Amino acid sequence: MTLTKEYRIKAGDFEKAGDASLQIKSTLKSLDIYPDIIRRAAICAYESEMNIVMHGGGGTITLTVDDSGIVLEVRDEGPGIEDVNLAFQEGYSTALMEHREMGFGAGMGLPNIKKSSDFYEINSKLGKGTNLTIFFWQNRESG
Amino acid sequence: MSIQLSEIRKALDAEIIVGHDKLDLEITGGAASDLMSDLLRNPKRGALMLTGLSSSQVIRTAIIADMTAVVLVRGKTPDTKMTELARAYELPLLTTPFNMYSSVGILYGIGLRSIR
Repeated sequence: MTLTKEYRIKAGDFEKAGDASLQIKSTLKSLDIYPDIIRRAAICAYESEMNIVMHGGGGTITLTVDDSGIVLEVRDEGPGIEDVNLAFQEGYSTALMEHREMGFGAGMGLPNIKKSSDFYEINSKLGKGTNLTIFFWQNRESG
Repeated sequence: MSIQLSEIRKALDAEIIVGHDKLDLEITGGAASDLMSDLLRNPKRGALMLTGLSSSQVIRTAIIADMTAVVLVRGKTPDTKMTELARAYELPLLTTPFNMYSSVGILYGIGLRSIR
């Protein structure tokens, strides 16, 4: 069994921001995935989605589920990340004031993805965008 | 130790916006923040969120984190979109006149500890 779903995320659309992640969570629940994997995947989806909305200039999240695990492919067409190591530093944020007023800007987005995933790969090019692939293995107990 | 939402409502003198039929839900811990990503850092299943932020993203964060209920502090009230989203996901949403510091203290006093 392989399931693939793609979600298009619009830049700056805070009204809908997070809805794709809620749908991803709902899909994983319907597939009877281990609850802690659902929790971690939903967090990664949400942090990714908010990054696309706030910083990424729009993009897509593709969910793939098969017997070995779950993959989230996050692609954006934004400005790219100048210093990836800095972006993964807890507390570092480039959020605008309008983002902070909505409760963002903690600088925990990428650190939460790192903590919640089993594995991830990131490629970013200035002026071209960012590709982030996040993996969760099934049939493993982790918390 | 878990505490029923009805006890929390009473202690915080809270008004129920969504979830009048959910006051028997058990709350296993508390989390207080206005920063959404801080709330996603560690598992929060069964927790009550205390926040001063009145935004639909609060509801989405609570659902993503499997939290059981949300209380807005300082008498904040949700807008229509926030209320509709809470209702759609059956997430209890309350508002208390107490500020964040007092709310946390009150709940600590009745035995609610940090979720983690």
